[in-house]
Amino acid sequence: MGVGSDFPILSTIVAVPVLAAVVVALLPRSRPDLIRNVGLAASLAVGVLTVVLAIDFEAGVPGYQFVSEHRWIEDFGISWILGVDGISLFLVVLSGVLFPIALYGPKVHKDLKSYVAWMLVLEAGCIGSFLSLDLFLFFLFFEITLVPMYFIIGGWGYENRVYASVKFFLYTLFGSAFMLVGMLALVYLSAKGRAPVTFDIRELADRGAVAGNTARWIFLAFVAAFAVKVPLFPVHTWLPDAHTEAPTAGSVILAGVLLKLGTYGIVRFGLTLFPQAAVDLAPLLLTLAVIGIIYGALVATVQKDLKRLVAYSSVAHLGFIVLGTFAFTNQGLSGSVLQMVNHGLSTGALFLLVGMIYERRHTRQIAELNGLQKSMPLLAAVFTVVMLSSIGLPGLNGFVGEFLILIGTFVTHRWWAVVATVGVILAALYLLWAYQRVFHGTPTGDNVGLPDMTRREKTVMAPLVVLIVFLGVYPKPVLDRIDPSVDRLIDHVESRTDYRQPPVAADLGRNVRAAERGIAAQRAAREAEGHQDAGEDHGGAGEGGGEGEHGRVDE
Amino acid sequence: MLDVAYLIPALPLAGFVVLVCLGRRAGDPGAGWVATSAIGLAFLSSFIAYVQLLGKDGEARAVVKPIFTWIRAGGFEVEAGLLVDQLSLTMALFVTGVGTLIHLYSIGYMKGDERFPRFFVYLNLFAFSMLVLVLGDSFLLTFLGWEGVGACSYLLVSFWFERNSAASAGKKAFVVNRVGDFGFMLAMFLVFATFGTLDYQGVLSRVDVLTATTATAIALLLFVGACGKSAQLPLFVWLPDAMEGPTPVSALIHAATMVTAGVYLMARVSPILALSEEALTVIAVVGALTAFFAATVACAQNDIKRVLAYSTVSQLGYMFLAVGSGAYVAAVFHMVTHAFFKALLFLGAGSVIHGLHDQQDMKHMGALRRLMPVTAVTFIIGWLAIAGVPPFAGFWSKDDILLAAYDKSPLLWGVGVVTALLTAYYMSRQVFLVFYGGERWRKAPTAGAHAGGGGAAHDAKHADDAGTGGHGAHGDAPHEGPWVMTLPLVVLASLAALGGLLNLPFGESARLEHWLEPVFGEALRHVEASSAHKQALAAAAGGAALVGIAIAYGIFIRGRRTTAFEPPVLQRAWGIDALYSALIEKPGHALSTFAARVVDARVIDGAVNGVASLVRAGGGQLRKVQTGYVRNYALGVAFGATVLLGLVVMRAGA
Repeated sequence: MGVGSDFPILSTIVAVPVLAAVVVALLPRSRPDLIRNVGLAASLAVGVLTVVLAIDFEAGVPGYQFVSEHRWIEDFGISWILGVDGISLFLVVLSGVLFPIALYGPKVHKDLKSYVAWMLVLEAGCIGSFLSLDLFLFFLFFEITLVPMYFIIGGWGYENRVYASVKFFLYTLFGSAFMLVGMLALVYLSAKGRAPVTFDIRELADRGAVAGNTARWIFLAFVAAFAVKVPLFPVHTWLPDAHTEAPTAGSVILAGVLLKLGTYGIVRFGLTLFPQAAVDLAPLLLTLAVIGIIYGALVATVQKDLKRLVAYSSVAHLGFIVLGTFAFTNQGLSGSVLQMVNHGLSTGALFLLVGMIYERRHTRQIAELNGLQKSMPLLAAVFTVVMLSSIGLPGLNGFVGEFLILIGTFVTHRWWAVVATVGVILAALYLLWAYQRVFHGTPTGDNVGLPDMTRREKTVMAPLVVLIVFLGVYPKPVLDRIDPSVDRLIDHVESRTDYRQPPVAADLGRNVRAAERGIAAQRAAREAEGHQDAGEDHGGAGEGGGEGEHGRVDE
Repeated sequence: MLDVAYLIPALPLAGFVVLVCLGRRAGDPGAGWVATSAIGLAFLSSFIAYVQLLGKDGEARAVVKPIFTWIRAGGFEVEAGLLVDQLSLTMALFVTGVGTLIHLYSIGYMKGDERFPRFFVYLNLFAFSMLVLVLGDSFLLTFLGWEGVGACSYLLVSFWFERNSAASAGKKAFVVNRVGDFGFMLAMFLVFATFGTLDYQGVLSRVDVLTATTATAIALLLFVGACGKSAQLPLFVWLPDAMEGPTPVSALIHAATMVTAGVYLMARVSPILALSEEALTVIAVVGALTAFFAATVACAQNDIKRVLAYSTVSQLGYMFLAVGSGAYVAAVFHMVTHAFFKALLFLGAGSVIHGLHDQQDMKHMGALRRLMPVTAVTFIIGWLAIAGVPPFAGFWSKDDILLAAYDKSPLLWGVGVVTALLTAYYMSRQVFLVFYGGERWRKAPTAGAHAGGGGAAHDAKHADDAGTGGHGAHGDAPHEGPWVMTLPLVVLASLAALGGLLNLPFGESARLEHWLEPVFGEALRHVEASSAHKQALAAAAGGAALVGIAIAYGIFIRGRRTTAFEPPVLQRAWGIDALYSALIEKPGHALSTFAARVVDARVIDGAVNGVASLVRAGGGQLRKVQTGYVRNYALGVAFGATVLLGLVVMRAGA
């Protein structure tokens, strides 16, 4: 399986949508089917390539893989460096999966050509951001995503689209300005002395040139940009407007992929480039994250617009992701990375479903909807599965990430985890209540006799539902690829700071398990021999606990 | 060895998958038979596993059957596996056994429902989740089942979602349970932080490393979870409302199996509980108070199912009283006998509701023993069992609990005995109102006309035509159900009558005690008492039961009354729901509204818009540049950034 080792798969993944966008731009407007097919084919090709990437990706290797490096603006130390590790891998796959769904799923009522072109540019921007190992290149991609998103909201959105798109654009640009300054300061300060100027984040992380207050300020400048994107309380108010006014596909991509640029950025740049500052300022970010979890959930509860409710639920969910990031444990960080993917799937699916309801009823007002389960049992069933995933029901994807985040946070920041766990109760409250009002009851008025899901809608939802169940039941293949990179990042932080991950989070647990398996094997052996001496069990378990320092057993 | 254990949860899962794939094609009654066979075979598998386990020595009867690695990140690893031991297998046996009977019954009860196949999809999913809960070899796997049964409970309570009351009840059940799950989750975090693992054997074999404080914390946090799932004070409020679900659901989930999960969890972690006398005392007191409280409420309910719901809350309280007294075997014993007689009572109630065309108000019943003989006889056996009349099952298990409670504290025993009296009274009241007295159903309003008021849980199966009075009680006379409904009644009645044989307190016949003892080990407290002492306590409990029955007899049979001692405060369950509404719901809603309307819309967005207009005002000079088009801003920013970049880099290069 797979591609030749010299095939530049990452560059191809970024280039295909760009080229396709150019092709679409050249096609005549009078051929909507052709335009749609080109867009769909390109995004499907990218999707397939990302899956191939995930299959070829070597699990257990913590560093960057498939790195392709080309000098670009040599004088400024700017290069075209793309690479993927366990932290970015599944975000790339997520983008690869969600874009064709967003392109194919919701109907577009006007100007298909520009729409498809912008979506393809957006895809290139998102994936490029996740793959860039050069700070400048990242910034470029990061900013590029703004433009197509702005036009998609402003051009194909609902009533208040202009206000929402401008708010979205200015908010994000405001954050980016800080990052630009921080980025330049970092590069400048890292180039002092004989070291050449570079934007290569691997090199910058290695040098660790900034420290103390300087590092903290630059870190905050980066975080400002990412916090807006996440969005973290209190810079989240662009999100409900943008989500609500965006067309369905826009909301799907915005929630599914674009928000992850923020959380990914914090992990990739915040933690990697400024380990000490990140550790120092963790309490601040943990607190904002917890506030976001509770606040987002409370505000979601009283929303009257179904789409806005889902939007606020994102504020809460993204709070969990930030929480896990600043827990500085394997579980917290792995959970966060996994949850970025999970949230993309569940919330993407929720927005698609809300879009389907809107297509039929032309309203998103919860008060105007009722009894939809009566005439649309299948749509209701799919909604239920997705809702339960979003609530964090074990067995579905959302739980795995959320639980890892909370348990990983608990071992280092107990009380933050305790408060955040309250968010789990609230999630059930606002979603089930919304479900009850929209789907339960006896339908009246225009809610009677609506058609259930069409073939196209089923096609779009099927992969999402399959992934939601699969990642809940068997997340191991994904976690096995995430974990080594997360481990490496935590090691990096530990090597640059006084911070040490509690042994229980690092590897003690595994040793306990290994010791236990040993005991079980011994017991079985004894049983086979006909001896039975249960008394020795305690000694064996004690030894297991004591092996904590000896590192990983199974790698 | 014991590979058959895999089949126990796998069969209901397979049934679920098959039924999901078949969808509506499974049909009525086809879907019912698929689901019933799945769980019936699971019962068979449990029984084979039980026989295999009997072939081993007592100490070697705990076997872990690995399945796969579920979650792994850093030092956190959960290997999903089945823990087959005496406790989990006891649970599996009665869950699948009672479950099979209720599945069978449902084929008759749900006949003609437009969502008949879907009902059995949920039932099999429930059975699977419940079996994962009891057979899981780690806290997290139990939690998987725990939440799974919660979700199924949600789906089944709101099965007739057209009715708002059913929809609300389902949501309430899920949310209140989540409050309990909050405790369960925190307990797991604490267990992981302390032990580095979540699996039972790894934790329970090393409890000696726990400090008393941590042990108490873990025990009480798990107990919070148990209070949610097993409807104890103060989290019981969802269970009475959950009676909105179809009656077989009430029997299976809200009486026999799911609600006992909290008791199971406590029994499972008995080595941790044994380290904390404080936690045990809290559990015992909450259990006793819940038992008493719910019994008082049950005395004043008129809805046939709500009486049984509060009775379940009360009986679960007994089980926690047993746990808190260190009498885990008694707790499990009562759990099993309760599963028999309470499932029987619910199915009997369902039979009555079915026969009376969805009438649930006991004030509109009466004299049904002549028209529904099988239901009446079996219900009466259930009544004698729950009331604690010897030699029926409930007497023996309740007696074990009260004996242990006396050892813990005579005060707790006293509460238990008073509750026993109340239990006998409200159950007798129910039997006399439903099966004796006059034929009040003849002049009763139709169930449909009644469905609007009272807040009672009306099992209005035919919600669509309920309003039109399509099935009035005037038409045909009450009748017995088909054999699929009466057979389970007969089987359960035999079990309710003879269940005491599992653990008779004479000599060597205490089978359950011997069987379960290795699981609990030192955590199990043995009551050392003379047989005279034991007999005196048993006589007191039996006496209380007889007094309760006598009082009810005096009022409802001799006195021919249909109303007695039903103050509004008891009808409204001491106003606890109203209290929650006033203390949590309303302030919570106000706070959320404040956050949305004021903080978000005024404070934060106000600041954002304020800054924006400030910039606009200050930038009067730059008005020509302000074209209002974002693309121009973007160009400007890009241009500015490039200049800035050039400057910085040039300086850096210098």
